[in-house]
Amino acid sequence: MRNVPLTVTVNGRTLTATVSARMTLVDFLRDTLDLTGTHIGCGHGVCGACTVRFDGVPVRACLILAASAEGRTVDTIEGLSQAGHLSDLQAAFMAHGGLQCGYCTPGMLLMAHDLLADNPHPSREEIRQALAGQICRCTGYGPIVDAIEAAANAMAKGAS
Amino acid sequence: MTGPAPAVRWPRLVSGRGRFIADLAVRGMRDVAFVRSPFAHADIVSVDGTAARAVPGIDAVFTHDDLAPFVQPFRGTHALFEDLVAPEQTALAKSRVRHVGEPVALVIGPDRAVCEDAAELVEVDYAPRPAIAGPEAAIAEGAPAIHEAAPDNAALTMHAGTDAVDEAFAEADVVVEATFAFARHTGVPLEPRGLIAAFDPSDRSLTVHHSHQCPAAMQQAFATLLGLDAHRVTVICPDVGGAFGIKQQLYADELAVVAASVRLGQPLRFLADRLESMASDIQARHHIIKGRLGAARDGTLLAIDVDDILAIGPYSQYPRTSLGEGRAMLSCTAAPYRVGAVRARSRAVFTNLGMAGHYRGVGHPIATAVTEGLLDKAARALKTDPVALRQKNLWPQETGPNTTALGTTFEALPYGPCLDALNAAIPSQSLEAWRDSVRAEGLLAGFGHAVFVEMTSRGPAFYGDGRVDVSTRDGCFIRLEPSGAVRVSASVTEQGQGVETAVAQVVAHTLGVPLDAVAILTGDTAVTTHGGGTWASRSLAAGGHAAWQAATQLKTEIVQIAGVLLQAAPKTLDVKDGAVVDRADGRVRMALAELAATCHFRPHHLPDGRQPALEAVASFGPFDAPFRAGCGVQLCAVTIDPDTGIVRVVRHAVAHDCGVVANPLFVDGQLKGGIAQGLGAALTEQLLYDEDAQLLSGSLAEYKMPMAPEMPDIEIIHAGGDERMDEDAPPRFVGVGEAGTAGAPAAVQNAINDALAPRAAELFEMPATPERVLAALNRRASV
Repeated sequence: MRNVPLTVTVNGRTLTATVSARMTLVDFLRDTLDLTGTHIGCGHGVCGACTVRFDGVPVRACLILAASAEGRTVDTIEGLSQAGHLSDLQAAFMAHGGLQCGYCTPGMLLMAHDLLADNPHPSREEIRQALAGQICRCTGYGPIVDAIEAAANAMAKGAS
Repeated sequence: MTGPAPAVRWPRLVSGRGRFIADLAVRGMRDVAFVRSPFAHADIVSVDGTAARAVPGIDAVFTHDDLAPFVQPFRGTHALFEDLVAPEQTALAKSRVRHVGEPVALVIGPDRAVCEDAAELVEVDYAPRPAIAGPEAAIAEGAPAIHEAAPDNAALTMHAGTDAVDEAFAEADVVVEATFAFARHTGVPLEPRGLIAAFDPSDRSLTVHHSHQCPAAMQQAFATLLGLDAHRVTVICPDVGGAFGIKQQLYADELAVVAASVRLGQPLRFLADRLESMASDIQARHHIIKGRLGAARDGTLLAIDVDDILAIGPYSQYPRTSLGEGRAMLSCTAAPYRVGAVRARSRAVFTNLGMAGHYRGVGHPIATAVTEGLLDKAARALKTDPVALRQKNLWPQETGPNTTALGTTFEALPYGPCLDALNAAIPSQSLEAWRDSVRAEGLLAGFGHAVFVEMTSRGPAFYGDGRVDVSTRDGCFIRLEPSGAVRVSASVTEQGQGVETAVAQVVAHTLGVPLDAVAILTGDTAVTTHGGGTWASRSLAAGGHAAWQAATQLKTEIVQIAGVLLQAAPKTLDVKDGAVVDRADGRVRMALAELAATCHFRPHHLPDGRQPALEAVASFGPFDAPFRAGCGVQLCAVTIDPDTGIVRVVRHAVAHDCGVVANPLFVDGQLKGGIAQGLGAALTEQLLYDEDAQLLSGSLAEYKMPMAPEMPDIEIIHAGGDERMDEDAPPRFVGVGEAGTAGAPAAVQNAINDALAPRAAELFEMPATPERVLAALNRRASV
């Protein structure tokens, strides 16, 4: 299998690597960089567990080849909290039971961050629509919506 | 100490620092891929791995004969059901495959991709046989037999109740009947199955990191089937990404990987992908049921008769069998109601579909949908209010325990208070007003109730007397550290439900230390007591009781030692918030850290010469009743677009009782998550197979689970009262993990039929897909 060189910026750090041409971005993050916070739930782009930001846009890392990340930036769950300090969203997920097993959570959090960056005061309906591509099998989604709504409120307070 | 504390694992899980199987590595570990049968039923003529073995990097290609010297075949038997046909199963298929996805060969190499490349080169010559693709096909005249031992494809037929039901029907003023069809489901934990098996030939020890609910049961199974010493087999369950019963039993493919590790003396990792999960994960809920209900004109329930065909897979699931759903049917049907006579028959039949076993709710959702569906149909026939009909016939709490007409004894349960609480919060009159307003807009609208019972925390009678080596107990070990904090190891296991944290909360509350002073470890058979783990909503009922017991014992020792150190009578002392206090006025007498440090570092200063243990262990499983029962009522309101057939759930509520609510975050989480799975069952989820039993729904795009936009906010009413933990008595914990799935499909079904009633249509098939709803509207009601 052909190998290709790759230069990519992951969570703010630029690095170079040689990857198999057929390697997916999620395998590159997990197996090459040991960034195992990005999970594989289906491997065919339906469940959203592997959601990362790719040049700032949420994508399914299981559907993107690592080689196509050449010159791009990738943000993963590991970039969301610094030195154990949780973001408002992470804290709200915990306070509201927005996770149970935690397997979908990294994708949910990436998508929620993206939502609040675009729309700091989403309605519950807007939150639900933003999560339309993320499967959670544990919570029934309501507690996740609660968490995102609470985080939006906390961030608005923090900003004012 | 009890209350809505977040789970102890959540900080790392929201930080991307989970420890799921795929996140772990063992030095020297190799990956695997399976060659799986593309046929539902075929003879294996030959398997040739020559080309695959030649792929650079491939270590081995194993077939049945390569692993047979290392692993025994197995059969899912049960001593209480001697008539059960339990055909032999092998880790890799021997000479015949009986479902799509059955493992035939195992390829071992440096990574999954290379293993898959090689797996494609394994040449298997199959001679296909006719396949059985569903319950009707299994019992059809002249159907081919999947096993010689079961010429009619019947695994077991079970009966409950009596033929007195025939006389009772003759007395009935109104008789309603319906045929209920339930689709085949699977649990779809978002983390697929996986394990890392590491056998060390130097001391014949085996360590398996396993995404599983029941590590002790797997320790037992691996030791038995691989001929290893059980005390040299360790099973560790790290973070587990959901389970729902799917990670409760033994899988042939997982056993093959462990056997290959034994053969090679090398660590091997297996991570199921989603396609092989859909084909090989345990499946459930595939029933066709004819139900009949007879009532007197005044609404008294006189007779219920149900006849169930359950399509299991091609084998009896090891070790627990595939009988659970049928058994639950026979216990739960009509259980909340005092009925003159009830009769139930459940036939488990072999098919060439995937393996069948336990999925959250095991049979409860089926029994509830049948009972509640018949009840609502009777209410329509009697032109009476369905809530009033229920109130008239529910077992009163005061008369409990009650033995149902099917012969199962349930403790006194607050069915009536739950229905009252739900009705008070959301009165039928307000729902009727809503329904009228929606109907005025041209949509169909309806609402429906469903009373459910939930059998949780089974005692040892079923598996123990069935000679199935599955523990129904759970244990808790606590030790006081020199710092005054405690370490706990518990045999309950965690897959997201929060039980690990709830056990820590019980210890903190009972012992008198802050929750933050408790570190808990679960899911490691080398460290914890041999216990059940997680299944049938038992973890807190059993494990919480054990935690209370162990903490009480440790507290007794602490108070005795404090009495010696403080020269006070132990009974005048208590432990609160990490300190020994005066029981009378709460005055702090001594920090726990001071007592612990004295005992650990200066024990010779204890005046009575004692050797302090500062640890306690207890195990518990219920003996007093076969299970702990919970109950409740669910309410669902739907709109249906008559042009598209699309059903939308606009409201869903539950009123329930589960005893002491140790942590409302977790109890609510179980209810909401369970209801979501129940709504999926009712509306969208189905494993699709064609008539040759070929799997058609191999991805999550085809197996449609509920997503955020269509899920309502679920309303929860804790109707069991404000029951708290009492310091001096074991807490009354009742499981709540099955409740959501038990009642939700029935409530949706009843709401749909309420909506369809003005059009004289009805629908008793799940899921209620738009196609089925439109067909029902065209078909009109049969009565």
